[in-house]
Amino acid sequence: MYKKTVEIKNTLGIHARPASEIVKRASKFKSNISIEKDGMEVNAKSIMGILMLACEQGSKITIVADGEDEKEAVESIVELVDNKFYEE
Amino acid sequence: MKNRVFRGIPASSGIVMGKAYVLSREIFVPSLARKTTEEELATFYSAIKSTQRDLEGIIQRLKEQKSHEGLKLIEVQLLLLKDPFFVETVENYIREGEGASYAIHKFIETLKTEFETIGDPYIKDRFLDIKDVARRVMRKIEGETGELSYQEPHVLFAHDLTPSDTAQLDKEYVLGFVTETGGKMSHTAIIARALGIPAVVGVGGILKEVKNGEQVIIDGFRGVVVVAPDEDTKRTYEKRIREYREYEKKLEKAKELPATTIDGKEIDLTANIEIPLELKPAVENGARGIGLYRTEFIFLTDDGLPDEETQFRYYREAAEMFRDLPVIFRTLDSGGDKILGWQYLKEDNPFLGWRGIRLTLDRKEIFLSQVRAILKASSYGNVKIMLPMVSSLEEVERARELLEEAINGLEKEGRHIKKPVEMGIMVEIPSAAILSEHFAKHVDFFSIGTNDLTQYTLAVDRTNERISYLFDHVNPAVVRLMRQTIDAAHENGIWAGVCGEIASDPVAIPLLIGLNVDELSLTPALIPQIKGIIRGISYQECVKIAQEVLKMDSARKVRKFLSQELLSRFPHLENLLVEVDND
Repeated sequence: MYKKTVEIKNTLGIHARPASEIVKRASKFKSNISIEKDGMEVNAKSIMGILMLACEQGSKITIVADGEDEKEAVESIVELVDNKFYEE
Repeated sequence: MKNRVFRGIPASSGIVMGKAYVLSREIFVPSLARKTTEEELATFYSAIKSTQRDLEGIIQRLKEQKSHEGLKLIEVQLLLLKDPFFVETVENYIREGEGASYAIHKFIETLKTEFETIGDPYIKDRFLDIKDVARRVMRKIEGETGELSYQEPHVLFAHDLTPSDTAQLDKEYVLGFVTETGGKMSHTAIIARALGIPAVVGVGGILKEVKNGEQVIIDGFRGVVVVAPDEDTKRTYEKRIREYREYEKKLEKAKELPATTIDGKEIDLTANIEIPLELKPAVENGARGIGLYRTEFIFLTDDGLPDEETQFRYYREAAEMFRDLPVIFRTLDSGGDKILGWQYLKEDNPFLGWRGIRLTLDRKEIFLSQVRAILKASSYGNVKIMLPMVSSLEEVERARELLEEAINGLEKEGRHIKKPVEMGIMVEIPSAAILSEHFAKHVDFFSIGTNDLTQYTLAVDRTNERISYLFDHVNPAVVRLMRQTIDAAHENGIWAGVCGEIASDPVAIPLLIGLNVDELSLTPALIPQIKGIIRGISYQECVKIAQEVLKMDSARKVRKFLSQELLSRFPHLENLLVEVDND
């Protein structure tokens, strides 16, 4: 298992487009990937799940992956979040 | 029980009589029946597949119609349909012993509670998309088609129409709408007006009162719905419908004719556009261009600010449709809360706050990307730029600098721009009207926004019911500001138009002509009616009417005088006046 915590930096937080970007990335990996925020855990391959976390700007999320490509999976999503989903 | 009458909000004008078609999905009760777990799972999977085919079919159709907005909505639904959270949750409920249909119902209910705790209204709204998809799947299982489909034309009754419903409405089969929720500016109301379908919204509880196939009358002028009308009522309405049709026919004949007064003064009649769906009705109703293209709809998305390319596609579509006729794009006119998210929500006086040009000059990347997209569209037609909420000359100067910056940037990239691209302003803040002689030296045209000008001049919030009696755009104070603005424009060799609701208020038309207005921009569906008035009056008479009005001291006197003047010339308008006032 591999995990990392990141802060959401983009102004709008995780809205529909960023959420679908996460799903697209997560779906490329074989590992089980989940995202945790304030004690709630959702599947990173689910838009609905990610939206329900209601991640605003400044909130912290933990990305957890378990499987053969766990490290790459987590780093790939962290990279997306750090770059504000390439939208600002 | 005979002749049940219900009242709601008149959302789109016209009267129709027909059979009711009730979309009862809000009171839909999922069946509790259950076969084996395997059979229920199989039912669920095949319903998903069949929903997927429906959505792909809609996508295909929307692509053919080039409806970008609709397309985006349905594509999101397709993603949601395959969402593991949805599929796995429903699978689990089925394994726990529920029937497929009830499992989906349970999923929606659980999700509803989860989403209720979320503060962000934009994310909250995504719940509606999820519900829309889940219900499509549920309707497959229950044996309904899931699509709006009819054998013959009907009046549609619904709790609310979802965006995907409105994206697939077929005008030939929908005579009119009645919804339980919504207001004048709701999505449903805008679509109804765009399609020219009569609609009454906000009729609470109506779904329980009307049955499929029952005869109904809807009066979109007065906001009245009559269920199972008796013979007398039917006769009255049949007469009104006949009269209205004859009137429309007369207007139809004038479609190709110019909006010219008896003594030869021509007024440019152009259209106000809120969504691209209105472009075609604008052409069909004989608009001589777009006098006000509101761009807010492009920005009201939930996935951040729209990129330049997306904007360009919309602007180009409009420019191409009107070719040589002008298309005036108003730059983004909204408060920060609408486009930048809920964290900008709190302002004590949003109407006096950070909005319109104030916001876009502060966040100049928004202004630049919009202006660049408009400039790119310039080679496809005759585009112009209009700035909203201008209150000082510095704003015009700053906008001009950014416009130059955008032009230079695009030319360096080797883009062709048809120059000069004209830039005008909305005159809607009293300071701009009072100083119009100075503004006129720095811009290419004025368009008077009477809704805000009235609101700011009279200090009357037009959404506040308690003081709505004070709001009247023919108030002499507003009329004087209009006159001052139009005169200043002409003295400086530029034109002045009007794009507020006053331009579709029949009684005000002679006054506006008498004030020498050059252009009137209004809702596409009302263009023929206003043209009928212009073609039936002389400019000389209008000048006299305007002179009389300028002597008056109260809005009430002005309105009474204007109504008398209009009715003495157009007695047949009496039936329509009340209604248009509401509009």
